[in-house]
Amino acid sequence: MNTRSLKPWLYLLPAILFLTAFMVYPLFDVFVYSVEEGYNFASQTYSGTGIYNYSYVLHDQYFLQAVKNTFILVIITVPLSTGIALLISLGLNSLPKLKDLYQTIFFLPYVTNTLAVGLVFMILFKKTPYSEGFVNLLIHFFGGESVDFIEGPYWAKMFVMCFYTVWIVLPFKILILTSALASVDQDLYKAAKVDGTSRLRIFYKITLPMISPMIFYLIITGFIGAFKAYSDVVAIFGVNLNAAGMNTIVGYVYDMLYGDSGGYPSFASAAALILFAIVLTITCINLLVSRKKVYYD
Amino acid sequence: MSTKNTDFKNIERTAKNREKTWKIITYVLLTFWALIVLFPFYWMVLTSVKSYGAYNAEYIPQLYTLAPTLQNYVDAFTAVPLAKYFLNTIIFTVITTLIMLMVTVFAAFAFARLEFRGRNLLFTLFLALMMIPNELVIITNFVTITNLGLRNTFTGLILPSITSVFYIYLLKENFEQVPDELYKAAKVDGTSDLKYLFKVLIPICQPTIVTITILKVIECWNSYVWPRLITDSPTYFLVSN
Repeated sequence: MNTRSLKPWLYLLPAILFLTAFMVYPLFDVFVYSVEEGYNFASQTYSGTGIYNYSYVLHDQYFLQAVKNTFILVIITVPLSTGIALLISLGLNSLPKLKDLYQTIFFLPYVTNTLAVGLVFMILFKKTPYSEGFVNLLIHFFGGESVDFIEGPYWAKMFVMCFYTVWIVLPFKILILTSALASVDQDLYKAAKVDGTSRLRIFYKITLPMISPMIFYLIITGFIGAFKAYSDVVAIFGVNLNAAGMNTIVGYVYDMLYGDSGGYPSFASAAALILFAIVLTITCINLLVSRKKVYYD
Repeated sequence: MSTKNTDFKNIERTAKNREKTWKIITYVLLTFWALIVLFPFYWMVLTSVKSYGAYNAEYIPQLYTLAPTLQNYVDAFTAVPLAKYFLNTIIFTVITTLIMLMVTVFAAFAFARLEFRGRNLLFTLFLALMMIPNELVIITNFVTITNLGLRNTFTGLILPSITSVFYIYLLKENFEQVPDELYKAAKVDGTSDLKYLFKVLIPICQPTIVTITILKVIECWNSYVWPRLITDSPTYFLVSN
């Protein structure tokens, strides 16, 4: 009997061990760091405990800029990417031919290195004294004014950032949604067809409720993912994000820890915990909403 | 009678036309996005075969090149030890993925098939961990690894990247879809849990396991933040550094 009750824990042991060491323990540790004031990394000493680190971070204009950038990014890209992914998956699902080809093409961005493609995006959007950049040529072609998207006005930079984020997160969402659409019971559609239901009505009354769990899964993970944006930003705007005014919260944490202005684990921890609080709140709200709106059978 | 007949034909025709319009719209939109997706890749390949001079001389970027060259690939491999970085990335990816698979399969099996006290509680805790952003724990992991003296080693690179609750969750759902009868039949035959796992569950759930492997390989190949933090000696740089 004893060996029997021990066995499951044996199976779980490696996972628990790694998770405790690299997820749970750090969580406590980050909290401890974040309340230690005047922590010195070299001598491992600190002068006292309190909430000074939080107030410093919250008053740091770079952090506020990062929060603003992150929120704009999240609010624009999450609904947009989920919506486009839904449209594309619906389109894909209705295709009689070439479905596999399109599916493969749409999946491509997932397989590539974010940094490499980010650099390509930067070159495409960049305007230097030597070259107009491809996107500006397109704008000229349609009769617009050229804009420097990388070092120019704020909205232009934000546009590149959002466009790139949508471009990079779509494949995963399309993958999940197409498989969700494929698993909807075809009898429901046949019944609706017999009744002469309109396309829009079929979508609202059958398709949407049936795939709503997956949509909410995508929205929740989308929020979490967008809040964690960092390497994409680096790829487009370079390492010095503060100067570009395009830093994200994670970028701020990273800079505080390791960048040129780095060496402040306390501030980094405080910022990271603030981010965690934001993500947790939004995830909880999402879960509450989903409980009301999502259809489970 | 005859008017009714034509009516039917008319209705049929409009319905078919509408169907056709829908199809054309779908194809146009999908092709449009496919072009947006493909263009950066085309650009990457194109630029990689343009000579440096030609690339810089273009005030208006050209969408084709008349004199393709492979010199850039040669340069990439000679200017930095790119071959070495590739090798590092491959080693890192293979080892991480293998260990991750083992850990994930065992944990998913325990959650899906074995009965024990506190199973649900533990699983909820696992799910809660999914919400913690990686960047939050990266600070402490950095300190832990540094204190263990594992900076600039493969062990240091690999250890924190192993577990992923997301994959455990995915695989557990998949294991649970396998009918209970198979497990009971195996028990009647006196098959051990381990043998059942390897002979029955893993072959049945192969598609999911392959998916997880592919996703993890991609994730490893593209990981940037952690490798950049933990390695500062070029001997252990990955391609993305």
